[in-house]
Amino acid sequence: MRNTPERPRRVVVERDGPVLVEGPVTVLGDDGVPVTSHRFVVAVCTCRRSRTYPWCDTSHRRKSKKPQSEGDGPADLCPGADEDGAARKGERS
Amino acid sequence: MTTTAPRQESRATTPPLPPARGPLSAAVIASLRDSTAPLPDAGAVTAADPYGDDAQLALYLLYELHYQGFAGVAEDREWDVELLRLRGRLEDRFLARLRAEAPSRPSAADAIDALLIEPVADEDAGVSHWLQSAGGLRELREYAALRSLYHLKEADPHAWVLPRLYGRAKAAMVAVEFDEFGAGHAEDVHARLFADLMADLGLDTAYGRWLDAAPAEALATVNVMSLFGLHRSLRGALVGHFAAVEITSSPGSRRLARAMRRTGAGPAAERFYDEHVEADAVHEQVVRHEVIAPLLAAEPRLEADVVFGVEATGLLEDRLGAVLLDAWRAGRSALRTPLPEGGGRAR
Ligand code: FES
Ligand SMILES: [Fe+2]
Ligand SMILES: [Fe+2]
Repeated sequence: MRNTPERPRRVVVERDGPVLVEGPVTVLGDDGVPVTSHRFVVAVCTCRRSRTYPWCDTSHRRKSKKPQSEGDGPADLCPGADEDGAARKGERS
Repeated sequence: MTTTAPRQESRATTPPLPPARGPLSAAVIASLRDSTAPLPDAGAVTAADPYGDDAQLALYLLYELHYQGFAGVAEDREWDVELLRLRGRLEDRFLARLRAEAPSRPSAADAIDALLIEPVADEDAGVSHWLQSAGGLRELREYAALRSLYHLKEADPHAWVLPRLYGRAKAAMVAVEFDEFGAGHAEDVHARLFADLMADLGLDTAYGRWLDAAPAEALATVNVMSLFGLHRSLRGALVGHFAAVEITSSPGSRRLARAMRRTGAGPAAERFYDEHVEADAVHEQVVRHEVIAPLLAAEPRLEADVVFGVEATGLLEDRLGAVLLDAWRAGRSALRTPLPEGGGRAR
């Protein structure tokens, strides 16, 4: 997974999910502050719902009213439902 | 915050054998103490409930010989053919029950898609939802104690699948495991981060310390990993199991990180789950696209076992969750033996 001049860095764009980039990656925030992740692959959030933005935290997933284990019929889907948008601030690690 | 001297590595010591929970586990313990002691026959194994305390502890003890062993037990008992024969019988029963009860799905994509839909916040949705909104330090300590059976050897059972994979699936599985093992830094090994979490919660971090406290349902969630990991024939199930863990971990970890913050459990307790929010959002993608996809492209007949691995994991986690929530909602301890009082960095 090492980035070398001989091999271009690979980027995978997930449909309805993050952009996966071979790490390490530095993302410049809207405020101009750089944040770096050294993970072998980094998932950069594209949905802007992540509580750990710019890194994906799976907040892009669709939500269902029922617990997973009891089946998730398509009728239960409510895309974009946000369990606690208000709790986002101050939760960045 | 007080600074403490560097803690001893939790696996620096080998645990004592725990008390038995019935005739099968008693016989295994007796045999581990004295190799001439007789082991149960096939009939005794068939008579036991494969999910029960006795059978699950017997299996757990036999599997543990492949990890850390027990104090006073010769290390080469790991390959004692009589113990392996008994283990095989216990595994057959456990596996048959899991295969009978795990829901079937038409495809691996189907099983995985179901995991990718998040239940909305609701205390009925599972243990992490309940802990996030209602859990106190007492429940968080109990949760950490019983999860320590796995997390103090986190990602170890999955390493057994590596020689059974090749090409892209192997490269990607190794990359995820490398991350689980701290990406080259001992202080970042996930098992170590969990020991740090336990220290924040005032729990003894010695390997095996909480085995006796853990109910059968907790043992089963660990035994299933050892079962899938130790058998090449179950490599599809191991990969399905790993995918299920990684896919459900990120949102669950966010809820647990919140529970740790709300209760003031401590910085290491928060860090373990914060790290898993971010790491497993990546691991999930890598396992789905770079492990399962190439594995099934190379060996399409493994698909049913990938599904089985996903569903068996969900089944056993649901059984454990029901036991924990039953106890906690009623204000009872969910452990077989309550934790010693006190502890917790915040106290
Ligand atoms: S893309 Fe995953 S949280 Fe935004
Ligand atoms: Fe981990
Ligand atoms: Fe992980």
